[in-house]
Amino acid sequence: MALAFDDFGRPFIILREQESKSRLRGLDAHKANVAAGKAVARSLRTSLGPKGMDKILQSPDGDVTITNDGATILEQMDVDNQIAKLMVELSRSQDYEIGDGTTGVVVLDGSLLEQAEKLLERGIHPIRIAEGYEMASKIAFDHLEHISTRFEFTAANIEPLVQTCMTTLSSKIVNRCKRMLAEIAVRAVLAVADLERKDVNLDLIKVEGKVGGKLEDTELIYGIAVDKDMSHPQMPKRIEDANIAILTCPFEPPKPKTKHKVDIDTVEKFQTMRGQEQKYFDEMVQKCKDVGATLVICQWGFDDEANHLLMQRNLPAVRWVGGVELELIAIATGGRIVPRFQELTPDKLGQAGLVREKSFGTTKDRMLCIERCANARAVTIFIRGGNKMMIEEAKRSIHDALCVARNLIRNNSIVYGGGSAEISCSVAVEAAADRYAGAEQYAIRSFADALDGIPLALAENSGLPPIDTLTAVKSQQIQENNPYCGIDCNDVGTNDMREQHVFETLIGKQQQILLATQGKYAEI
Amino acid sequence: ELRDRDPPASRPDPSPVPEMERVLKDDAIQEKGERARMASFVGAMAIADLVKSTLGPKGMDKILQSTGRGRSVTVTNDGATILKSLHIDNPAAKVLVDISKVQDDEVGDGTTSVVVLAGELLREAEKLVNMKIHPMTIIAGYRMAAECARNALLQKTMDNKDNTDKFRSDLMNIAMTTLSSKILSQDKEYFAELAVDAVLRLKGSTNLESIQILKKPGGSLKDSFLDEGFILDKKIGLGQPKRIENANILVANTAMDTDKVKIYGARVRVDSMSKVADIEAAEKQKMREKVEKIIGHGINCFVNRQLIYNFPEELFADAGILAVEHADFEGIERLALVTGGDIASTFDNPESVKLGHCKLIEEIMIGEDRLIHFSGVAMGQACTIVLRGASEHVLDEAERSLHDALCVLSQTVNDTRVIFGGGWPEMVMSKEVDELARRTPGKKSHAIDAFSRALQAIPTIIADNAGLDSAELISQLRAEHHKENSTVGIDVISGGLGDMQKRGICEAFKVKQAIVLSATEAAEMILRVDEIITCAPRRREDRM
Repeated sequence: MALAFDDFGRPFIILREQESKSRLRGLDAHKANVAAGKAVARSLRTSLGPKGMDKILQSPDGDVTITNDGATILEQMDVDNQIAKLMVELSRSQDYEIGDGTTGVVVLDGSLLEQAEKLLERGIHPIRIAEGYEMASKIAFDHLEHISTRFEFTAANIEPLVQTCMTTLSSKIVNRCKRMLAEIAVRAVLAVADLERKDVNLDLIKVEGKVGGKLEDTELIYGIAVDKDMSHPQMPKRIEDANIAILTCPFEPPKPKTKHKVDIDTVEKFQTMRGQEQKYFDEMVQKCKDVGATLVICQWGFDDEANHLLMQRNLPAVRWVGGVELELIAIATGGRIVPRFQELTPDKLGQAGLVREKSFGTTKDRMLCIERCANARAVTIFIRGGNKMMIEEAKRSIHDALCVARNLIRNNSIVYGGGSAEISCSVAVEAAADRYAGAEQYAIRSFADALDGIPLALAENSGLPPIDTLTAVKSQQIQENNPYCGIDCNDVGTNDMREQHVFETLIGKQQQILLATQGKYAEI
Repeated sequence: ELRDRDPPASRPDPSPVPEMERVLKDDAIQEKGERARMASFVGAMAIADLVKSTLGPKGMDKILQSTGRGRSVTVTNDGATILKSLHIDNPAAKVLVDISKVQDDEVGDGTTSVVVLAGELLREAEKLVNMKIHPMTIIAGYRMAAECARNALLQKTMDNKDNTDKFRSDLMNIAMTTLSSKILSQDKEYFAELAVDAVLRLKGSTNLESIQILKKPGGSLKDSFLDEGFILDKKIGLGQPKRIENANILVANTAMDTDKVKIYGARVRVDSMSKVADIEAAEKQKMREKVEKIIGHGINCFVNRQLIYNFPEELFADAGILAVEHADFEGIERLALVTGGDIASTFDNPESVKLGHCKLIEEIMIGEDRLIHFSGVAMGQACTIVLRGASEHVLDEAERSLHDALCVLSQTVNDTRVIFGGGWPEMVMSKEVDELARRTPGKKSHAIDAFSRALQAIPTIIADNAGLDSAELISQLRAEHHKENSTVGIDVISGGLGDMQKRGICEAFKVKQAIVLSATEAAEMILRVDEIITCAPRRREDRM
């Protein structure tokens, strides 16, 4: 119907150049969507689990990223297909919401699509499929709640938290020191956590990396590390019991926002001007000194003269500190960020027990560590590693571990990993399917099959025969009525995940299932 | 129970992605499975082969020509320098370039070895992958082997921390071993002496900034010398004294042209010529006052980072003060460090500014150039090494070599553990790793075996580069190492095996450890990859 006629019988064109445009409709359109989704999921499938492989991603500018973090891979994949973009969104929202399980959500999604394709071929309407999936996801969701266990921990006994973080880290390249990194992540989270309100502000944890050394040298600094050094090379490198003035005004003559001009036409004026200028610097430095500051941290630059005056009056200073860092320093030291010299008062100063400069290797790399702060609620995780890509990957892994620890503090329910939760859900959904009449029954059954996709991928990546392993585990779960059997990825010898200490957070898993299901509505 | 561990990743390569499933943007390239692994192996090994021929005392140099303007040429056999200058498109190769850079930053030497070892590890891994062993199994094996190798080395280290004389001779040996593979190998004893002296003056600090390396073309390498004072590559102002004894030095960073008014928006607006003259006079007066204030510090030498204009220079000359202008920032910092003075920018409180002191300032000649020499300085830490040589290229390479030696030495001063060189550490490690392989059941032991072979590749390459019969030498060496506490290594000079202890061939433990650990890490990283996604390169606008 490219050509139509109006009321007066004149022809007009609805779709221009129809021949050159391809338009997919009906079943073909669904299938194209499904194929695209599967292609994305297939890329990520090999990254799942402790034996999952990494991907090299080269950005348009030639920078290399090596990672097996699902969200990062998808973000950088330069995807050009609508459905694929949707899946990218999916893993991103898992990343925002939970922080971990970004690969799993995409694999599950791909597996659901694969099943949906078969149903479409049978002539079941897409909306029915979506509705069936929705019902199934509810069953799975509730079942997860049912098989979850509560995990008690206290500030003194952090072992359970560490174990959970280790599960997350074991699929990353940093798994060589997963124990150490997991402990660091848990300590960091506990340092900033509000156990009363069950909330953790991850913004208070700063993750810094410097190339060099080895991963084992990674440390947790109870304080802030800033990638800056003292503004004058001869200022002291170590200050104890520092009173810190945090400034957002430059040590420079003021620049009023209104446009103005100062006209100088006589010698006297010229001289007053000069006197005024010197007074400015002098007053600024004196002001800081008067309120009792022993360290100045400034967002802007210093004039040479001001810099020297600071040095001469024995007031160490750091310049060009970024806004985010400045805020963290303010939080950690209990100080206030002061925008004008006039507003500087002693009670606005921050306190820190020790400020020191740390230097690395043979180059002139230095960092400033602010430690033993008044408010110990801000910490820095300082990562070392053999090369840049390693550090970047370690940062991402630590982020995942931090998120997991945070989720546990919010809600201390866990489910067991290694695909055991998925298998158990699959069994439950399968059993429930028969109770529903109508086409949805097929969709629900397919959902159960799709859940099997995750343990299948896990087994495949670990070099186990996937079908054999999955069926064995499944029958074991039903026979022993034990929902904790999973895939033995690390060849430990048992597939009871309780003995292997492989946990995942309940909310993470639930979110995965919900997100993957919701994606379907749009995709089908 | 059937437990077939055939890795899924090494199944035959799937056919290229069908057109319908293409989800990436137009020019993006996606490589999967076997093909991706091949691409990264090939890239990494190409890089390793590239720098392989520079390894060891008989390693060859490379000429690098830049594509930039001037087509400047660098001649070097420093791995990090070579790799830094390459334009590389292969992502795996970039990993190797990166580790060599980090090695350079962290310990300064061994930049070639680390790349070669990583390359060899991957070469061995490729064979294993072809034997259908899963990359994760290989990684697990490599990790065990690396740990074992490190421990083996750790047990054999020597530590002469408490014995100053012996420690010094250790340092000498390390310096000579490092330098023997560089352009300075002809005069390695001389330069080793220079480097050790310079580093020992630092008294344990790793801050190499206080060792200044000055390059002056002319003369021969042998004419290079270590100066205990500080040499500033600047000229003394006109009409000012050329020699000052017991100098009081003010080091400053201040504008000595017309001091600009810093208040924003200020400008001079006059309505007659006479007023211009007035203002000019006031400006001059201002400068004069500033100079007087500076002179008021009771100094006889003034070194400024910024320019000193004619007028103040004249004033300084009148006061009999030696004034040096435009000393670069590093020069200023060093001078302040050396003479113990502050870097000043305001001059209102002469009593609170710490002046620098030195016994003698004089103008000296090196070749054609006149330089300012500060001797008898307050702080004994700093020193200057003046390099002489036939051409810029020779000097640049000499500086890099010396820098390597200085880095290694300063690291050794902190971590005093020393091991032998000449392929000895590799053989020690490989022996232990071999034993570990024998003890380990499972497929991992193949990977551990492979690790040991990769370690042995390093002495093999050193021997090959020296034109020796490597197969023969390595097998002899291995037999020798079968005995307990052997100190035998390859003596490239005589072309046979030699006792490393007697020949005094030593290396720093820290360097070797860093080599083994980062090479393993890099190999692991590349091994884990099963897919490469390359985005379309960003289109650059043609700047015609």
